[in-house]
Amino acid sequence: MLATKSSVIPGFGPTLGYTLFYLGLIVLIPLAALFFRAAGMGWEQFVQAAFAPRVLAAYRLSFGGAFIAAAINVVAGLLVAWVLVRYEFPGRKLFDAMVDLPFALPTAVAGIALTAIYAPNGVIGQLLRPLGIKVAFTPIGVVIAMVFIGMPFVVRTVQPVLQDLELEHEEVAASLGANRLQVFCLVILPNLLPALVTGFALAFARALGEYGSVIFIAGNMPGISEIAPLLIVTKLEQYDYAGATAIAVVMLVAAFLMLLVINTLQKWRQSRFTAN
Amino acid sequence: MALAISSSTTSLPRRSVTEPAWVRLLLIVSALGVLALFLLLPLVTVFGEAFSKGLDAYFGALGDDDAVAAIGLTLTVAAIAVPLNVIFGVVGAWCLAKFDFRGKSLLITLIDIPFSVSPVISGLVYVLLFGLQGWFGPWLKLHDIKLIFAVPGIVLATVFVTFPFVARELIPLMEAQGTEEEEAAVVLGAGGWRIFWHVTLPNIKWGVFYGVLLCNARAMGEFGAVSVVSGHIRGLTNTMPLHVEILYNEYNYMAAFAVASLLAMLALVTLAVKSLLEWRFSREIAAGTRHQKT
Amino acid sequence: MNSKRTLHLLAFLALAGTALTAPAKADTTLLNVSYDPTRELYQEVNQAFAKEWKAKTGETLKINQSHGGSGAQARSVIDGLEADVVTLGLSYDIDAIAEKTGLIGADWANRLPYEATPYTSTVVFLVRKGNPKHLKDWPDLVQPGIEVITSNPKTSAGGRWSYVAAWGYALHHYDNDEAKAKAYLTGLFKNVPVLDSGARGSTTTFVQRGIGDVLLAWENEGILAVEQLGKNQFEVVIPSISVLAEPPIAVVDKVVDKRGTRAVSEAYLKFLYSPQGQEIAAHNHYRPRDPETAKRHAKEFPEVKLFTVQSLGGWHALHKAHFQDGGIFDQISGVAKN
Repeated sequence: MLATKSSVIPGFGPTLGYTLFYLGLIVLIPLAALFFRAAGMGWEQFVQAAFAPRVLAAYRLSFGGAFIAAAINVVAGLLVAWVLVRYEFPGRKLFDAMVDLPFALPTAVAGIALTAIYAPNGVIGQLLRPLGIKVAFTPIGVVIAMVFIGMPFVVRTVQPVLQDLELEHEEVAASLGANRLQVFCLVILPNLLPALVTGFALAFARALGEYGSVIFIAGNMPGISEIAPLLIVTKLEQYDYAGATAIAVVMLVAAFLMLLVINTLQKWRQSRFTAN
Repeated sequence: MALAISSSTTSLPRRSVTEPAWVRLLLIVSALGVLALFLLLPLVTVFGEAFSKGLDAYFGALGDDDAVAAIGLTLTVAAIAVPLNVIFGVVGAWCLAKFDFRGKSLLITLIDIPFSVSPVISGLVYVLLFGLQGWFGPWLKLHDIKLIFAVPGIVLATVFVTFPFVARELIPLMEAQGTEEEEAAVVLGAGGWRIFWHVTLPNIKWGVFYGVLLCNARAMGEFGAVSVVSGHIRGLTNTMPLHVEILYNEYNYMAAFAVASLLAMLALVTLAVKSLLEWRFSREIAAGTRHQKT
Repeated sequence: MNSKRTLHLLAFLALAGTALTAPAKADTTLLNVSYDPTRELYQEVNQAFAKEWKAKTGETLKINQSHGGSGAQARSVIDGLEADVVTLGLSYDIDAIAEKTGLIGADWANRLPYEATPYTSTVVFLVRKGNPKHLKDWPDLVQPGIEVITSNPKTSAGGRWSYVAAWGYALHHYDNDEAKAKAYLTGLFKNVPVLDSGARGSTTTFVQRGIGDVLLAWENEGILAVEQLGKNQFEVVIPSISVLAEPPIAVVDKVVDKRGTRAVSEAYLKFLYSPQGQEIAAHNHYRPRDPETAKRHAKEFPEVKLFTVQSLGGWHALHKAHFQDGGIFDQISGVAKN
């Protein structure tokens, strides 16, 4: 590794050294332990533990729920970002600050509060009960919790792009006779697309691993409303270290792949940005 | 997974590029509805339940010995974990933003891992490493060093989970600021430390502050990872989020929400300070970035 | 702000300040790692025993408590949580600690009376006031449209006892026809909408969240829930037959020898068998072993036909057949092939 950008500025060696040391100590060595543990299991045992029917059902819920939640967040997040950037109304700053709440609010607190709201005797649960809709303790509850924690990712990725959009393009399109919907779909949306995709990926990655807020509101029924991170804990509590490790490895690889996708997306955005 | 610091524009779009009034109203109402339903309602619930039995009961619940011990432990853990990650964040950002080298994007991805790894897994890895059945467990036991199920284990898990917060706040900021000022300082004969203290730090101080705020909020609120490595001993290894769960399981819902309300208040204070800074110093922050670009 | 509130706030701040520096002073500390529903029981036991110990030896004793699902708690001890004593929900969990770590001698169950189980309990039904769905006995639970709340038998001791109670009932009812018993359990779990990982979680779901028609609960949990959360909201139904639940206790040998706390730990566990300890257990709705105490509390604990786990083959056989991955529980919950 050679510094090529600016060899004038001092401190490359020590800072890189410290970064690698601290990264290794806190993140890489512990995670390597996970892989070594899994490698010690042998392929057949690993596959058996990581892809048993109950585990597969948990992946389906975790990945499926995270996907749906991220999709909801793209729509809701775009709406919120749009309103916050484009319109002036009383309390706008307050609502803008509120978007970050899921970052700051501890997940267990969010989980308990969401459960209290969506349980059949809760504020919203009561309204949904006569309609025959159950939210808490069903996969829908899982999605709700995932929407909660993923929302700021989409809003905060889309917001700055929306702010930087040049209004001239829209004016030109409008003067050429395009109506507002056409302008939105053909001019604005394409520009927001990279940010939306990045926001989706971020919200998806976060929801995939979420534990604290989901377990309170999920029903935790094997095969129905049991998420993969909960299954890791359950396996641990059954003294099944190998089983827990195998699921953790699969989730970790998924998380790493998501990160690669996200970082590639961000590069794509940057290159688009500079091309413009 | 970095999040850009948001700063709101004040100039509003002209007539030809905005929507009819009824559409605007509809969009505003539905956006605020979404925010209220998903974000505000849980917050209101926490405070509503916490004060459901009056102020005396509320303060009584917070003054309980075990609650106080949990608050103390949470403060201690954050007081250790946050500075560690701030030091790393500044050092790492210096290295990653001021220099170009092969493998840089891989390194950034590795730093991001704790963001997207399930907190449960971060607890698990420390159990696999330091638990009695783990690699170093027997050695630690022989030397009577307690990591897991004691404060150091909780600190480690918290450091892992909050690892990227400061670094990811600073890297884009420092990249945007470029290297001209530092180069000029080098030409003028300043040493590394002096450049850092007098040139770089003043430019990134708000970024560091944001990073600290978010890192601290997450450190105090972490549940999944800590839950795996804490022995759940009342008054000793219970952090505030774990204590919330314990009270909840003791049918003591009011007290559970009372402790939760402290964490929620922390979240609100975090957001308030962040917004206040953005509002008060938005020009300075923007100037810092723009100045470098030109 | 009135002065009382100010006082509370000041006291709170002062306490928060001291908590960082000064832990409670005690000559000796013990750590009792226990399972979910025993919080109230051991709060009372600890107080009484510390008083007795102080009178006897002059030592100030502080007993720390840790609670959680029985399996999770045993896992913590296996991974190195230094418990002086474990008071868990299942002998299987203490066996696991003994087998995996050797921290506890394999003969632990023979060291105290009644195979180291100082109190017993059973599995009962907690229903909503007036029993609107008329749930009287086990067959009623598999009726269509009935929602049954229980906890995960793989991780929760309470859930496991409930499962075994249902299994034992079905075996008795169908003359040991395992296929029919399995069909009964399948029907039962088809009616379970929420499966919490601990017994306490299930009670919260049933009581606080208003989910389900019946909660399968430890008898002590059921009575406690009625007492603490609303006498006019719930009632306990005792089924015709149930399991004799025997939560075990043990001293963690290697820990007490290292810490020099063997004498006090053993005295602590023996205290549970003393008249005072038995009285506290009964007072907390556990069925006492001592015949005298049992007689005094006979009214609170109606007679039930109880079968033991041994009569079903013992925990190890049950675990292998039912709770291992791919076992009967996985099969009836549809995540493993028959």
